[in-house]
Amino acid sequence: MNDHSNTGGPRDRFPVTRLSAVVAASSANPEERTRAFEVLVSAYWMPVYKYIRIKWNKAGEDARDLTQGFFLEAIEKNFFGRYDASKAKFRTFLRTCLDGFVANENKAASRIKRGGDATILSLDFDGAEEQLKVASPPAANAVEEYFDKEWSRSVFSLALEGFREQMLDAGKETHLRLFERYVLDVDDDAPKTSYKALAASFDLSTSDVTNYLAFARREFRRIVLEKLRELTATDEEYRREARALLGVDPQ
Amino acid sequence: MRWLSDNAVERLRQEADLPDLGSSKYLVIHKVGSGGMGSVYLAQDVDLGRKVAVKVMNEVDRTGALASRMTREARIVALLEHPSIVPIHDVGALDDGRVFYAMKLVQGKRLDEFASSSSSLFDLLRIFQKVCEAVAFAHARGVIHRDLKPENIMVGPFGEVLVMDWGVAKVLGDKPADAAAPTDDEVELRAIEDADLITTLPLAGAVESGDTGTGTVIGTPAYMPPEQAMGKTDLLDQRSDVYALGAILYFLFTGRPPFEFARSKGDASEQVSRERPLRPRQINHKIPRAIEAVCLKAMSERREDRYASSEEIAGDVVRFLDGQPVSAYRENVFEKAGRWLGKNRFIVLLIVAYLIMRLLVFFSVGR
Repeated sequence: MNDHSNTGGPRDRFPVTRLSAVVAASSANPEERTRAFEVLVSAYWMPVYKYIRIKWNKAGEDARDLTQGFFLEAIEKNFFGRYDASKAKFRTFLRTCLDGFVANENKAASRIKRGGDATILSLDFDGAEEQLKVASPPAANAVEEYFDKEWSRSVFSLALEGFREQMLDAGKETHLRLFERYVLDVDDDAPKTSYKALAASFDLSTSDVTNYLAFARREFRRIVLEKLRELTATDEEYRREARALLGVDPQ
Repeated sequence: MRWLSDNAVERLRQEADLPDLGSSKYLVIHKVGSGGMGSVYLAQDVDLGRKVAVKVMNEVDRTGALASRMTREARIVALLEHPSIVPIHDVGALDDGRVFYAMKLVQGKRLDEFASSSSSLFDLLRIFQKVCEAVAFAHARGVIHRDLKPENIMVGPFGEVLVMDWGVAKVLGDKPADAAAPTDDEVELRAIEDADLITTLPLAGAVESGDTGTGTVIGTPAYMPPEQAMGKTDLLDQRSDVYALGAILYFLFTGRPPFEFARSKGDASEQVSRERPLRPRQINHKIPRAIEAVCLKAMSERREDRYASSEEIAGDVVRFLDGQPVSAYRENVFEKAGRWLGKNRFIVLLIVAYLIMRLLVFFSVGR
């Protein structure tokens, strides 16, 4: 039986240590709360910004201010600490809070006064605008699905970033490059590159390509699940999100 | 942070969705297909250096019911060694508890796809004959499939035929009266069956629960016989598979299953149990009457009116291919003559040519 020494099996795995940022957002420990806030902002700011642009039909500048204002108010008033996992998904809760926040801001028209001009969070709004330009807008009755879809994109983007860092730190650059070539560096309508072609391109044997990709795939999946674990409050929500995102029930 | 297109997200999702086979000797390559109970992946057997197909349960099974079903399916198929039944190589469990089994990688087309390409009547009937033979083999060992349909049959590039997906197969309790003493395999199959409460397990995909009979409705409504649609699991036997074979034949020549449902699956089961499908020739009048008769006999509402076995239906198909009368259809004189002429075309042509020549000679001499 194969001992996986070549395939990067269980022995090679990176440790899994992440806890739920949703839970930590209501922690009494300020450091924990800050870290949790950073995690949640990194996963949600882009969906939030695009959602405000699309659903609330806000101009770019206003949407930036509202996005910043929303997260600042969330930390000031501890929005996220009020989340009850038994009632809804965190994502749904956050979107509901966001709708309430934007509606209130519209009524009070006090957004600018309360810090809209002060850019406290460093977020790539220009990048988000570029994305909005190239993507087709959702139908009016599908804005909530749009938010969910953007959230999935955000989770995968963050997971990919984490995956890159971890593979490079572990000296597995070839695994990383193979994975990116196989999964990402392909034309949308073209078939995937064959393992044989990858082997020739990377000067590896086909079985090495199989092994390297199996390892990379496993690590990527683990990091996606780790990211989901961070972004959900309970085990049940985690499993539900994993099933929705990946179609599987995680261990 | 790199922006990911919708397609890139989907590709990453598919990669992350692949099961972690790290605890086995298989390295998954990509997903091949998905069913209600499990998904099938192309994988590399690291030890033997060959490609295999690995079926993995879709979800971690907390009750253990699905896991035991998958294991049971693997064990049943492993005991059905036949050229037209896909061989199982291995069975095991992943780190997360999901059961998987590895089987021969079957390359080719599903029968529904194959039939929609330009296949001749002869080719389709030869394939159908092989399906009947595989099913007859299983029946001889006391196993009924219960979910026969074109999607569960693969046709290889060299005409090989494989009956797949034995996930809801049942080992019958009663052997035919004239049967010999059970073989070791049959004893083993009985033991497998006894270990599982097959008729009471709620399953996903091709299976649904119903309230119309004694048990659970198992199978695919479009191809299942009325007794199966009504959930009368105690009435299921070889003739239930014979009905499904007739329904497959129906599909091969009409391009559609006997029943097409726009409503829910529950309604579908009710429709199958109450209505009769259109006759094949009402959909395609070019279908030979004998084949229509074979099809309708196999799909008779009453089990007693169907072929008693898969061999019988295969026998009628072979007779049709050989230009002989089939048991399911009583020909009139003209049809008999037409079939005789078709079968003896060469001799008839020779006789006609001879007569024409004689006539020509007669008239030329007369002048």
